[in-house]
Amino acid sequence: MKEDILLEVKNLKTHFITSKGTAKAVDGLDFVLKKGETLGIVGESGCGKSITSLSILRLIPSPPGKIVDGQILLHGKDLVEMSDQEIRKIRGNQISMIFQEPMTSLNPVIPVGEQIAEALRLHQKLSRKQAWEKAVEMIRLVGIPAPEKRAKQEPYQLSGGMRQRVMIAMALACTPEVLIADEPTTALDVTIQAQILELMKDLQRKIGMGIIFITHDLGVVAEMCDKVAVMYAGQIVEYQTTANLFKTPLHPYTQGLIGSLPKLYEDQEELQIIEGTVPSPYDYPTGCRFADRCPFVQDLCRNQQPEIIHVEDSQQVRCWKYTDQWKEELVKEEVIL
Amino acid sequence: MNTLLSSKKPILKVSNLKQYFIVKREALFQPKQVVKAVDGISFDLYPGETLSIVGESGCGKSTTGRSILHLDEPTEGEILYKDVSLTEMSKKELRNIRGDIQVIFQDPFASLNPRRTIRQMLDEAMAIQKVLPPKQREARMLELMQNVGLRPEYLERYPHEFSGGQRQRIGIARALAVNPKVIICDEAVSALDVSIQAQILNLLKRLQNDFDLTFLFISHDLSIVKHISDRVMVMYLGKIVEISDKASLFKNPLHPYTKALLSAIPVIDQTIKRERILLKGDVPSPLNPPTGCRFHTRCPFATDLCRDEEPLLRELESGHLVACHFAEKLSAI
Repeated sequence: MKEDILLEVKNLKTHFITSKGTAKAVDGLDFVLKKGETLGIVGESGCGKSITSLSILRLIPSPPGKIVDGQILLHGKDLVEMSDQEIRKIRGNQISMIFQEPMTSLNPVIPVGEQIAEALRLHQKLSRKQAWEKAVEMIRLVGIPAPEKRAKQEPYQLSGGMRQRVMIAMALACTPEVLIADEPTTALDVTIQAQILELMKDLQRKIGMGIIFITHDLGVVAEMCDKVAVMYAGQIVEYQTTANLFKTPLHPYTQGLIGSLPKLYEDQEELQIIEGTVPSPYDYPTGCRFADRCPFVQDLCRNQQPEIIHVEDSQQVRCWKYTDQWKEELVKEEVIL
Repeated sequence: MNTLLSSKKPILKVSNLKQYFIVKREALFQPKQVVKAVDGISFDLYPGETLSIVGESGCGKSTTGRSILHLDEPTEGEILYKDVSLTEMSKKELRNIRGDIQVIFQDPFASLNPRRTIRQMLDEAMAIQKVLPPKQREARMLELMQNVGLRPEYLERYPHEFSGGQRQRIGIARALAVNPKVIICDEAVSALDVSIQAQILNLLKRLQNDFDLTFLFISHDLSIVKHISDRVMVMYLGKIVEISDKASLFKNPLHPYTKALLSAIPVIDQTIKRERILLKGDVPSPLNPPTGCRFHTRCPFATDLCRDEEPLLRELESGHLVACHFAEKLSAI
């Protein structure tokens, strides 16, 4: 099984040092991505999910951002330690990325085919002609009709859905081992989103890359991912298979998140809510970062930060509720009462 | 619900509303092009209900809201508010009516003046609409803050000091300040995180009960629409394709577009079996909408009839209207 591991992130910490202090955007992250697997990273705005993806590609603007600790191992080689030159050979080649808004990530004045071909010439040393042919082939692969014609067009001539297809074609042109998709369908309409998700699944079957799928949409996670890491305030609070996550969510935050979603196939009079708001990354509480919003909170939670623990084989959670100390805490309370 | 509705008089009646925009021509001597953003829609809004408008980008749902508010002068058609035509009103009369019809926008930060405190904003709204004499406004402001779940001391703060959810609460407080009857919520919760979204949705429901409000709820998110609405109207390229009470629409969608839209929403429970209709292609440009039924270019069931003849909105079941030639046949599938 060990050789199936593509990417391993160990204790990743990305901080931003600003005049207001240090923002701990990503604060101790561990996860593993295997070949052909889709790992979802979910969480609300500011939880650090996008900073995680930018960290993997070493695209964090520095200063103020900095990877202060941890390792990102691609086949055992640490990306954090690499020189700029080395990482450039990996970006767009072994690891590539799709962003939320294709219009801002495509060059507006260069034909899209040319933009795809550029990556091929750079990484795979193809000739101009070969690269162009491969680019047209990629545009066909992502299901855009009349690829020869479309390849010569500039981004403004394409619709939103088509631009996202072009982004996917560009990301997959060099057959990457890891694809990072950061909210790839958030800006699209649902019917177009359905098309793009189908396309990504289909291409994964063909190419076999591992996908890190970053999203805030739990429905998309359910549809796309094998495993899910739920992030809150810069940390993973829960990590398990998708099926289990929705059947038995462990962390109170995950439970709240699922509860607060309006359901399409159930009737609810009132939605469950999570009280309060996310703590500031400049000033996290000493104990559990969710403590202030948690319905089960105990003194223990406020005083000491919980570690991530294995509950079952594949279920991991960062919550005191699942530890022996919790039981002791409850016993103590009963004694006092 | 239907019997209840038909016995009531609509508070707002929209008939044959058209909203066209002229766009810049691409070259000299070319004819001017017209975007038919809303192209002849009619519907009623009943007091105390929540009617949702759903559809994808460019379907005309926000334009409809703006026309009702008279932020854009409608090209054609009539909007009756309590039997009085908004299109024939003078500017002054319209200003009075605007107190009755309020709006909450998607981005509360863009719609709040960054240089005014919450107190100044609420005060101004009440002054313009002459809701209360200055002396009584203080008490009313405190009451409003409590209504939307904000602390009274926040009155002295500026918009940038608040989080997204709090800003949306301020937007709601400002709308409520002038005692409106109808509130148009244009993607009011779309920019918010799910946990905050749930807080605001619950708040809106509670306020509707407490103050007898009528909502026109514009959204692209069908799960939210299902939660908040009494009736739902589905739009596609400037036309109404289906309008119905919520239960009937979600249980038995009649238009193929509604079916596709419903089946495209990713759901958490993957054990629910549902047939997925994957639509091909993109929404056509409203500059040059398809002939006949506007959905025929993407419809898996389209025939020659659909290409040639535009289907009219007709009542197939009581209170459930659909614009499709083959709705009867398709409902059997």
